[in-house]
Amino acid sequence: MKPASLFMFLVGGMLFGFGLAVSRMIQPEVVLSFLLFRDFGLLLVLGGAVFVTLVTYRVIPRLLKHPVLEATAFETKWSPLNRQIAIGAAIFGIGWGLCGVCPGPAFAAVGAGIWNILLTLAGIFAGAYLHGRTARI
Amino acid sequence: MIVQLFPNGWAHYLIGGLLIGAGVSLMFVFTGRVTGMSSVFTTTWSYFSNRRFFQQAQFVSTRKWRLVVAIGVFLGAAVWWALLGPSGGLATQLPWWRLLGGGLLVGYGVRMSGGCTSGHGICGLASLSLSSLVAVLTFLATAMVTANLFAAFGVH
Repeated sequence: MKPASLFMFLVGGMLFGFGLAVSRMIQPEVVLSFLLFRDFGLLLVLGGAVFVTLVTYRVIPRLLKHPVLEATAFETKWSPLNRQIAIGAAIFGIGWGLCGVCPGPAFAAVGAGIWNILLTLAGIFAGAYLHGRTARI
Repeated sequence: MIVQLFPNGWAHYLIGGLLIGAGVSLMFVFTGRVTGMSSVFTTTWSYFSNRRFFQQAQFVSTRKWRLVVAIGVFLGAAVWWALLGPSGGLATQLPWWRLLGGGLLVGYGVRMSGGCTSGHGICGLASLSLSSLVAVLTFLATAMVTANLFAAFGVH
């Protein structure tokens, strides 16, 4: 991976984290207020992000032969549905409903000084390790 | 109606979402990568564990840039905190066992599912992927049930 690409990953990640903080989704209480049907802001965050990304995913591969900095093809997020996807999502949701933190906001919340989210970050790393230990390759 | 759905205002939610989409788009235009936020929790283990699972090529070959994205997310929120954050700082009142226990389930679940709110939610829905739609509806449903059960029993 070229240094220029890594730089764009850093900038893109920073935009992502800045946006998460602006949306206040880094605060577990804000996520939980959506899950408890008290404030539907999360739908605006998700909708806004999906809209911009959908336009990009549709338009850019038609305008460019390959990514600006790499000779590889544009990726897509697509996989056939299987039980792992659904069961994993169900487990993730139970955890999300407990702590109000998902992977992106875990990094952003710590960056914004909500220090006890370090517990959640450690938990996610541990959970991912447990998954790797028990998964069949 | 608007006030009922968004008692704390709506503009910051929409602006935040558009910024998140801009970040994902920027990385896609320059590198062609789909940038969900959950894979880094597996790929980073490939630095520390020699187990065959973590040493798979798909993890080792993407571990560096995925870690850079995660550091970026951390730094972007830190910039927000420095420029726009409340002077008293932010905090969460959730008890430690909800933060830690929830994190464990989140980590296991997202890796089993192959995506999270950003991987399935943003990138998957933007790719019009049916499996991601199923994942999103599933984790929204179980999260709502869990949060409401704990609220109903008054467990904090």
